[in-house]
Amino acid sequence: MKHILGVLVENQPGVLSRVAGLFSGRGFNIESLTVAETLDPKISRITLVTRGNEQIMEQIIKQLNKLINVIKVIDFCDIDFVEREMALIKVKAEASTRAEVLRIVDIFRGKVVDVSPHTYSVEVTGDEKKIEAILDLLGHLGIVEVVRTGKAAIARSKKH
Amino acid sequence: MKLTGAQIFFECLKAEGVDTIFGFPGGAVIDIYDEMPKHDIRHVLVRHEQGAAHMADGYARATGRVGVCLVTSGPGATNTVTGIATAYMDSIPIVIFTGQVPTSLIGNDAFQEVDIIGISRPCTKHNYLVKDIADLARIIREAFYLARSGRPGPVLVDLPKDVINAKTEFKYPKKVSLPGYRPTYEAHLGQIKRAYAAIAKAKKPVIYAGGGVIASSCARELKRLAETLRCPVTTTLMGLGGFPAPHDLWLGMLGMHGTFRANMAVANTDLLIAIGARFDDRVTGKLDEFAPRAKIIHIDIDPTSISKNVRVDIPIVGDCKDALRKLLHVLDENRLEGLDATRKPWLEQIQKWKETYPLAYEQSDHEIKPQYVVEKLYELSEGKAIITTEVGQNQMWAAQYYHFSEPRTLLTSGGLGTMGYGFPAAIGAQIAFPDRLVIDIAGDGSIQMCIQELITAVENNLPVKVAILNNQYLGMVRQWQELFYNKHYCGTCIKAAPDFVKLAEAYGALGLRATKPSEVEAVIREAFATPKTVFMDFVVNPEEGVYPMVPAGKAMTEMLLV
Repeated sequence: MKHILGVLVENQPGVLSRVAGLFSGRGFNIESLTVAETLDPKISRITLVTRGNEQIMEQIIKQLNKLINVIKVIDFCDIDFVEREMALIKVKAEASTRAEVLRIVDIFRGKVVDVSPHTYSVEVTGDEKKIEAILDLLGHLGIVEVVRTGKAAIARSKKH
Repeated sequence: MKLTGAQIFFECLKAEGVDTIFGFPGGAVIDIYDEMPKHDIRHVLVRHEQGAAHMADGYARATGRVGVCLVTSGPGATNTVTGIATAYMDSIPIVIFTGQVPTSLIGNDAFQEVDIIGISRPCTKHNYLVKDIADLARIIREAFYLARSGRPGPVLVDLPKDVINAKTEFKYPKKVSLPGYRPTYEAHLGQIKRAYAAIAKAKKPVIYAGGGVIASSCARELKRLAETLRCPVTTTLMGLGGFPAPHDLWLGMLGMHGTFRANMAVANTDLLIAIGARFDDRVTGKLDEFAPRAKIIHIDIDPTSISKNVRVDIPIVGDCKDALRKLLHVLDENRLEGLDATRKPWLEQIQKWKETYPLAYEQSDHEIKPQYVVEKLYELSEGKAIITTEVGQNQMWAAQYYHFSEPRTLLTSGGLGTMGYGFPAAIGAQIAFPDRLVIDIAGDGSIQMCIQELITAVENNLPVKVAILNNQYLGMVRQWQELFYNKHYCGTCIKAAPDFVKLAEAYGALGLRATKPSEVEAVIREAFATPKTVFMDFVVNPEEGVYPMVPAGKAMTEMLLV
């Protein structure tokens, strides 16, 4: 089963490699990984997507917690959360298809961030399914290049 | 007053109470060596950096304190890796200081540069590259704290040459602040009570103790628990000495070369109380058939050890000593009545297993059996020696036939299985305890892995005794080849060997040899009576195997008995 983990770590050189090394060294797989500083510049947040049965996930979380630079691990499986990823998509846009590309981008609330005589570069954010859907549609028109960020996730706040 | 990095290094060591460093100099650490004579610290010059790490490890295992080694950059650092991994697998507290090229050259493939932080990352508890002299004292403080606290382990500190030479005000931090590191020492009382309830119901309990019992110094509590519950005790290789071997509740070691009764007891138990042990594959064999009928209580300070290999019913995260004390307290308050009667059939069954298949060998009068040598060492040292071992048959015979009664009397590479560990570890232990009898039980293969440390022992006048069980084979692999590879003895015959007696003499040690059973005792007596380093070369039966044996991957009840 797929799990999204939020890992708060000390913002120090080498910490990411400790986390990644833990996964490779123990034969776990990372499907996606994003990392950036938090509001506190001493702390970074890694959002990591991995897969495993209950026993493997228990080990992954315990092993992450065991790293000296890891402050906290959150498994989003246990809580309600919002996830997003962003994709930058360079898509072919010839005279005959330019309008169609713009329509699709508009439907997905994407944004054109670069234009050339033969391509549009589009920014789109959303959950994995939405990104997959736009890629599928634009795929028919000819995708030149895709860059995806991997997931970022945040827990939903209590509504009352 | 401002101090140099090298001066700060020694001030920190002093603050940590370090009296001995095992090391080898080089360009990157020359400034530390230059500073060394001004400080009250003993430096033991090794002949290979692997030896330095093993000596620091042996020193740590024998004393319970943190062992320290100091080596230079590049090859000096990489040579320690086997020793670091050995300590990591067995949770031994050592701090390894490595020299590093100046920070301006890091990443430039400079002379004797290596990314030791990257290399040692998977086999250290934590490691540090000191980039700024302002961080030096804090990092050394943290390194010692991390090495000895929680689940102990090796910590490496990489010291660039310019940091060693830079100057700053010295202030040793009083407190350590590591937001991500909060080991759980206190066992949860609710879980202890659950454990009590399970214990109260059990008819055929077994205690399975590991190295954690030695690390947390709770052998006394373990003995009290066993006696209070009338519960038989087995230990892992790492746990030997944690429970007195002559005790009537002692089952012997369990696992691949464990006793018949220990493995049968675990296979038939209804409650396994695991204390500071981690269900290693050499202990469990085939997982599905390990303690199949048992509820499992598992006490361990490291949460990752719990439910890693086997499903645990009652996990107790915490220091073994704290958990055992709390459990004993609950037992004292809520006495279990009639235990003698409840346990009687179980203990009788165990006694039957013990009598049916005891550990045994037959000593003829013309060929020395290795087991006989180990038993003689036990007898003539009155069980009071610190034993180190190499790895292989020698290690298993030591575990089976030297009957350990005190913690920290067996120093052996359990997790990594490092050939070459025993001799330098014996040197480390002998330096810590100059007046005790320290014996390395070795094979003729293993001893050659770190044999260069013989001069370190001689130079320091260390009366280490090395008992070589010389069977002219890499015996354990030969035994596997005999049993599972149609006696295809590829790469295991080591008849081409040095004359160990002459070799000892060449180094200034005493060399002795026994080729007949009748000579064994005299050789051991002479070795014990000689106040210097001694090699004893016991020419033993080359074909002797270690039994019982459970083939890898089989259930622990599928034992080959002879």
